[in-house]
Amino acid sequence: MSQLEPVAGNKRRFRDEGRSPGLIIAEVGTMLLFLLFMVPFLLVLLNSAKTAKEIIFSPVSWPQNWGQLGENITAIFNNPSTDYLGAFVDSVIITVASLAVIALFSAMCAWALVRNRKGWSTAIFMAFVSAMVIPFQVVMFPLVKWFKIMGDAIGFPLLGTYHGIVFAYLGFGCSMSIFILHGFIKSIPMELEEAATIDGCSQVRTFFEIVIPLLQPTFITVLILNGIWIWNDYLLPLLILGSAGEVQTIPLAVTAFAGSYLKQWDLILTSALLAMIPIIVLFLFAQRYIIKGMVEGAIK
Amino acid sequence: MKRRGWIDALFIFPCAFAFIMVIIVPFGLGIYYAMTDWNGVNPIVNWVGLSNFQGMFSEPQFIYSFLITLMYTAINVVFVNIVGFGLALLVTGKLRLRNIYRAGFFVPNLIGGIVLGYIWQFIFNNVQVDMGNALGIAFLQKSLISRPDTVIWAMSVVNTWQYAGYIMMIYVASIQSIPGSVMEAASVDGANFFQRVRRILIPMMASAFTITLFLTLTNSFKQFDLNFTLTNGGPAMRFMAKPIRSSQLLAMDIYRTANQQNLMAQAQAKAVIFFIVLVIFSLTQVYLNKRKELEA
Repeated sequence: MSQLEPVAGNKRRFRDEGRSPGLIIAEVGTMLLFLLFMVPFLLVLLNSAKTAKEIIFSPVSWPQNWGQLGENITAIFNNPSTDYLGAFVDSVIITVASLAVIALFSAMCAWALVRNRKGWSTAIFMAFVSAMVIPFQVVMFPLVKWFKIMGDAIGFPLLGTYHGIVFAYLGFGCSMSIFILHGFIKSIPMELEEAATIDGCSQVRTFFEIVIPLLQPTFITVLILNGIWIWNDYLLPLLILGSAGEVQTIPLAVTAFAGSYLKQWDLILTSALLAMIPIIVLFLFAQRYIIKGMVEGAIK
Repeated sequence: MKRRGWIDALFIFPCAFAFIMVIIVPFGLGIYYAMTDWNGVNPIVNWVGLSNFQGMFSEPQFIYSFLITLMYTAINVVFVNIVGFGLALLVTGKLRLRNIYRAGFFVPNLIGGIVLGYIWQFIFNNVQVDMGNALGIAFLQKSLISRPDTVIWAMSVVNTWQYAGYIMMIYVASIQSIPGSVMEAASVDGANFFQRVRRILIPMMASAFTITLFLTLTNSFKQFDLNFTLTNGGPAMRFMAKPIRSSQLLAMDIYRTANQQNLMAQAQAKAVIFFIVLVIFSLTQVYLNKRKELEA
């Protein structure tokens, strides 16, 4: 190879790195796009710190008094029509409980399916996977009816309860979770589990002490994909819990609030702000995992 | 290793049971109810054959919902993927703050459609109109979500804002898996930026396009939350000489047929059609993309 070529290559790379006008345009353009993407968040924050009158007067101005933000938040917490704090606690309970059962039971199921290479295990796996195409709209009304029938039959109501909705989330969430875990478990060498058995480890202990620790990175993907969906989900809680039931979630509380305070943007936007804060804070701390989890979940 | 069958059965049971109770049984019931006069209240349900299906295709609202759902899906697939791909090119370049940009573009995706719908309703109805008045631009003086001819486009803007960052991250992962030496070699051979993207990047990202097109297609087609809180189906307009709701997408039409009109069986029949169309569309898309992947 002649000596000239690397020099030419270097020159071009140098131009790309430093002063190309294209890069400067990209730098400025991306910054503007980024700011544009952030505008809706800024508008929520600004208008959460205003009175209803101030918003009508100008929805884009800087708030006159940031203390109003605290007053709006207090107004929402003290509001008799929605128990915002209660909805937050319920959302946490439902999301955490659903994630725990989805992760544990999906891993158990996926492991049992992978380690039995038989026709029936493939059939069960295919049933789980092909059901992912069923849209929620087809099953939602019969589901409510069926939950009512089942609840009446066992004398243990499923509608309007924590265990009812967690059970529903297990049913809806396990297909994709089993699919993701199945793919990963296939790559775990059998020898590892065989060695444990030879050492006298029972089948159940092998799963909990050998397999579960290996699944950790995949669990992150499963937890994040399901967690974001469950936390933001609206229709399933609406149908299972009802819009005025004992148990409420954040999306239900926000719609109930916005429905009863039509056009009172000071309070509606503050409630939106309160609904966004937990998830944005979580994102700031676990950004890397969240992005990785959501991208890997999609690619698989 | 000797496995005990009953332990495996026990391991499979919780998921299989929940899956059957939550998806399989309601799915079967749903198809059955679509062919009955089920009204949600009367416990006696009579078989009516396909008459629920015949009725919906002469109903102006359903036809319109069907058409705008197709249009909304088409617009979104184009918008979200172009913006997502463009952003991916920008944030995989040499920009100084690329990690902050990535996070910023991604974050709208984490907020649910319900909350975003209210925020954007405020933006269109108040901020946009306020700006229109201040700047004296007639087009902006009437909220874009209160006009039948612009409302679908306005919803697509919100959907693009919400979803493009997620699609961007899938493209970013795909771009980063392409060895840098390939792009460098092309660069050395004198290919400019656009040639490199067109001739090397896009063909090498074929499998990413299968995923992103599938996600944008199915998500737009199934859109409900955003539709519900941003426009609630409005504004009203006339279609086939009947008053209809101009932004009522199919998922919402199904919901309202059941909840507002109490026509449970008809809603269920619409849902079955919705399911069939969705399956046909997504299978066709995946089939076409997979063929492209093999060519590339």
